[in-house]
Amino acid sequence: MYYDPFVLPFTLGLNILLIYLLARYTRWIRSFSKEEKRIIRKNIFTLKTWKAGKEVFLESLVHHKIYRTSPFLGYMHMCFGLGWFLLIVIGKIESLVYHTSLLNPPYFAIFFRFFHPAQETFPYSTTFAFLMDLVLLMILSGLTLAWIKRLYSKALGMKKTTRHRPFDLLILTVLWCIFPLRFLAESFTSGVRGGGHFLTHTAGDFFSRFLPIESLSYPAWWAYSSALGLFFLLLPFSRYMHIPTEIVCIFLKNWGIKQGRTFTTFSQFQLYSCSRCGICIDRCQLGNSLKITDTQPVYFLKALRHNTEHSVPTDNCLMCGRCEAACPVGISLNNLRLSQRKDGSRITKATYGYIPPITPPQAKIAYFAGCMGHLTPGIIQAMLTIFAKAKADYTFIDEKGGICCGRPLLLSGNQKAASVLRDKNNDLLNQSGASLLVTSCPICYKTFKEDYELNMPVMHHTEYIRLLLRQGHIQPHHSELRTIFHNPCELGRGSDVYAAPEEVLKAVSHKLPTVYDGRDSLCCGGSLANIHLTPLQRTQLSSDALKAYLTYHPDVLVTACPLCKKTFSKTETSVPVKDIAEVVAENLG
Amino acid sequence: MNIWGFSISEARVINYDKNDKSIAAQLSKEVPDSNLCIGCGGCSATCTAGNLTDFNIRKLQMSIKRGETTEAARELHKCMLCGKCLTVCPRGVDTRKMILTLHKLLHN
Repeated sequence: MYYDPFVLPFTLGLNILLIYLLARYTRWIRSFSKEEKRIIRKNIFTLKTWKAGKEVFLESLVHHKIYRTSPFLGYMHMCFGLGWFLLIVIGKIESLVYHTSLLNPPYFAIFFRFFHPAQETFPYSTTFAFLMDLVLLMILSGLTLAWIKRLYSKALGMKKTTRHRPFDLLILTVLWCIFPLRFLAESFTSGVRGGGHFLTHTAGDFFSRFLPIESLSYPAWWAYSSALGLFFLLLPFSRYMHIPTEIVCIFLKNWGIKQGRTFTTFSQFQLYSCSRCGICIDRCQLGNSLKITDTQPVYFLKALRHNTEHSVPTDNCLMCGRCEAACPVGISLNNLRLSQRKDGSRITKATYGYIPPITPPQAKIAYFAGCMGHLTPGIIQAMLTIFAKAKADYTFIDEKGGICCGRPLLLSGNQKAASVLRDKNNDLLNQSGASLLVTSCPICYKTFKEDYELNMPVMHHTEYIRLLLRQGHIQPHHSELRTIFHNPCELGRGSDVYAAPEEVLKAVSHKLPTVYDGRDSLCCGGSLANIHLTPLQRTQLSSDALKAYLTYHPDVLVTACPLCKKTFSKTETSVPVKDIAEVVAENLG
Repeated sequence: MNIWGFSISEARVINYDKNDKSIAAQLSKEVPDSNLCIGCGGCSATCTAGNLTDFNIRKLQMSIKRGETTEAARELHKCMLCGKCLTVCPRGVDTRKMILTLHKLLHN
């Protein structure tokens, strides 16, 4: 029996942590709704579980998504994730090869160098010693990067880093102690009685020259075990709760559990999965343009988790989704925030009873300009020109007396009122007999796709124009204009439409590539989701966004959203802002 | 019977001294830019709800300032929060926030 009292802090800490996690997750999983439980049961024994396992490896261990932000940052996180994992796994295998009993206690593998007499060899013992040293070196290199990040975060691709609670700083210090302590303990032991490999053996020799390592080695093991034990004890109350929770969360996500607009048990899993890495901070335009530093998801989720005041951050968000697109954990940040917006209105079906029923003329295509579309007659005109040129059989469904799609209500938390408008529009659209719905407004588009039950497909006008181009129904000429594209939040990140506008714009102009293409486009500042900014702050946002785009010196700034166009055109600009439909219509000849 | 398309307004009294202006005071505190309104009516002209029914943001805000909150509370619900008014306001009044704040104030 291998045992020494110093293993107690580690063993106690680990056991308390495991019992705590088991109790907590069981309680959460039991509070899932019946439907969610059914989904889990249905998918648990399918390939989805295998896929989730793969994702856990890539996300929780390799942290592959962080490499997009910065390779150094990715490597740093990988050292801790994958490094620690390998240390445990290889250590366990090593201990099994040596001891050949599956039932050796967990501490035996962790403190193997203490228990194993170094002169005794076993199969591959040198290889194991080499691997363990290599992995330890990898973790220590990650640790060095973490220190550099504290001192100068820009070196690791982050302009700003998270402000942590004192408690989280304490556990961070404990975490930082763990690996150097392991290194010291193994080195001292190696110095005393041999063993180890290129790292710990060399270090042991080195330390033995000037340190009383014989009297230091045993206390070092105590310190290492205590640091581990303390880390495990503090973990459930710190941000490091993300380590076990993210794994469960990935499985739940793969089995088909979704984050809706209400706060559910799955939201708890998402909430605790936030590692507060702070990657969202640099993405937030409210921080970059307006110096608002308490509303970024990392702080919002922190306030939500620790139950501190968060009414302002709840409302003060553009829901542009830039943070969500960069979040390495893939947390549904927008929906979590929406779940905290309270339904303040008292609206019943009768409230909107004043809306008269419309019977639109029957046609194959229903065109819905949307409220914002009506604010920008240029876009409507362009669309009508395109419809006419393509000889499309269409009806302009909200030409007169159209109503709002309901998404603006939804964005301010008024889900009931939104559903009343949704029902009305749903009936109108379904009765139109159209086989395709085309809309000019990405806000409408998103809710049509996600929340409506339409009996026809929905296309944003960029997608429709692309279809017309591909089928040869319109043949616009390629102009000499140099354009850059501002992908609206609700269209790109919101509805995953990237390829269509890109293709259309390239067909009619010289589209300049920018760093704001795709998922990295900016928010124009006009977002209806924010109910806290002052109009002056909004102007600041849009002029900063414009400035960023205009560094590319385009002839035209092209967007695909009436609200973006309207917002940008309110700002003094030397470059015209146009909708993609207008650019196409101009080139139809 | 209204055969001319217009009728004579009934006489009414607005008592500035007795009316409850606490809502107006609170609104001006929570949405300070609502004080910037010059009553141009741009919001009402573009209003999606106003296009379909007798709903007028300019009038609503006037009622609140006068302390006629009962009428405002009745009207308020008609708004669809689409945000067109916000986009057209030449004075930069956050009309949408105004409506949301009024929802909160008038129902508590």
